Amino acid sequence: MASIIVPAVPSESRAGRFGVYGGRYVPETLMAALVELEREYDLAKADAAFQAELADLLKNYAGRPTALYYCKRLSEQLGGAKIYLKREDLLHTGAHKINNALGQGLLARRMGKKRIIAETGAGQHGVATATVCALLGLECVVYMGDVDMERQELNVLRMRLLGAEVRGVSSGSKTLKDAISEAMRDWVTNVRTTYYLLGSALGAHPYPTMVRDFHRCISLEMKEQILEREGRLPTAVIACVGGGSNAIGAWHAFIADRQVRLIGVEAGGRGTALGEHAARFRGGSPGVLQGTFSYVLQDENGQIALTHSVSAGLDYASVGPEHAMLHDLGRAEYVVQDDAAALDAVVRLARTEGILPALESAHAVAEALRLAPTMEARDILVVNLSGRGDKDMGILARELNLQGA
Amino acid sequence: MAIRFDHKPGLVIYLTAGDPTLDATRAVAVAAIDAGADVIELGVPFSDPLADGPVIQRAMERAVARGVSLRDVVKLAREIRAARPAAGIVIFSYFNPILHYGLHEFVDAAAAAGADGVLVTDLIVEEAGEYLIEMARVGLAPIFLAAPTSPDERLEAIATHCKGFIYAISRVGITGTQQTMTSDAASLVARIRRWSTLPVAVGFGISNSEHVAQVAEFADAAVVGSAIVGLIEGSTPEAAPGAVARFIEGLRLPQAALAR
Ligand SMILES: Cc1ncc(COP(=O)(O)O)c(C=O)c1O
Repeated sequence: MASIIVPAVPSESRAGRFGVYGGRYVPETLMAALVELEREYDLAKADAAFQAELADLLKNYAGRPTALYYCKRLSEQLGGAKIYLKREDLLHTGAHKINNALGQGLLARRMGKKRIIAETGAGQHGVATATVCALLGLECVVYMGDVDMERQELNVLRMRLLGAEVRGVSSGSKTLKDAISEAMRDWVTNVRTTYYLLGSALGAHPYPTMVRDFHRCISLEMKEQILEREGRLPTAVIACVGGGSNAIGAWHAFIADRQVRLIGVEAGGRGTALGEHAARFRGGSPGVLQGTFSYVLQDENGQIALTHSVSAGLDYASVGPEHAMLHDLGRAEYVVQDDAAALDAVVRLARTEGILPALESAHAVAEALRLAPTMEARDILVVNLSGRGDKDMGILARELNLQGA
Repeated sequence: MAIRFDHKPGLVIYLTAGDPTLDATRAVAVAAIDAGADVIELGVPFSDPLADGPVIQRAMERAVARGVSLRDVVKLAREIRAARPAAGIVIFSYFNPILHYGLHEFVDAAAAAGADGVLVTDLIVEEAGEYLIEMARVGLAPIFLAAPTSPDERLEAIATHCKGFIYAISRVGITGTQQTMTSDAASLVARIRRWSTLPVAVGFGISNSEHVAQVAEFADAAVVGSAIVGLIEGSTPEAAPGAVARFIEGLRLPQAALAR
């Protein structure tokens, strides 16, 4: 295991810290915009009309509350813990990302911004943002790495159909990290007119807090549903961790319930060498990337490392700062599942339950497949099924040879 | 060794260190100083330069690919200091390479190398507590960016913590060349002067003698970055020092722009 080099800890700042992590590491040009965003978000949060409009859209447009589904066949086959799925894949646009896109979209409109920019990896956040912009009549530009545009082409086409402009990013690793850098460059340039609708619990304050708040509905519903069905809290809540938005949303209402294990699954990719995976808590160390202080995969010179995962949404060199804190506190456990395990999990869930998970979510399913047989029948695992796998059909067709025999 | 603007207008020249090679950057820096640059900013190559436009991005990508590190840049600063004892030298970096080096170790090394100041692109004053303590311990000048979007209370904080000079960003945006100067720059510098008597250098998008002359009307110095980095990109390593020297000499001659 790589030794963790703890750098001189940046000074505690007033706002947006999760333990020592988080903060605001941005060019000065963006500071006024971040301060304004924080103030406007606080006002919106306390505004009953804003909350009512968001609640209405989440219910009648996005399809909340999402089902909590008991996987009877899968649980019986595995012979151990009961496995439930929180069905974020059933939401409009096909992933949890719509929760945050609706919240921030309404906020942008409230702030009078007419131009929205976003980054996307798997394309789900891009599609969610394009959808919300269509709904609210806002201009939409989405930055996406060239590698991701190719492997998630279906979502590129969806965004264009929805009226968004998709701008390819050809720098660096041509994936999510580079799309975020390009979106930040656009924001610095057009900060007076543009709202940056960031898609994960990442970046400078207030984004990690705001994005988490917009996804908190996942764990609030989950808690109510599992208490109603089982009369007790789950043994563990399992979620994949890219930037960390679906995981923090699925966990937040359980953080104070110390008996509930919170298990985050990072992408093991195709190997343990730097560059072959996106397991920040296994191979990374604290550092600053794209506005926040958190765990970062980096080389001996502090250059950000390349990453790999079969799932574009987990293929990122850093992780949200609240996760860094939960990791250091030991409140959440972070494990790794690799490309092959995720692909196996897609097939297993599809053929046992008739549910096709996104490759990102399949990492969480893979961990449940590993864990359930080691547990007792009274144990309950809830997997946050963050998205559906339609977008991955190209990759799946190739990897699983579906066009062949 | 100190940050002083003896020439009027002052010139700050930004170089991406290690592009095309560390030797070439050293030769270009010395030639730039001899041609009248008051301060050399040594840009530390970083894999994810989110405040930079295409020209500096490309330069950084090349330098990162060659493995150029902060350690190399500190060594380069030492060599330039040895060659030109009177010039101003500022290390210009994103925060992560410095954190990874170790804040304490880095300021010791930078001060020992003879650097005068440090500018960290993505470090704002609110997050700079420990950095400021370390910089003060070794007597290095912390230089912060001031932006057209910075409200007065932020400018006051920036002015309070800056030493050496204040770097005023000419316009909202990333680094790169532009055709005309906006009115943002003059009004920003006027606002900064309310809070500080330090020299003010204006940068981002300054690429010819006309821009320099305009900046000279309201600021103490102009920062030229992408135009120089682009010039180096288009030269051979052998020709780069001469080309940069001629370019810098032309920057202080308003008629040069017209004659071109
Ligand atoms: C379906 C799905 N799940 C998970 C993720 C990972 O993001 P996060 O960790 O923010 O939930 C993505 C990102 O694109 C996604 O599309």
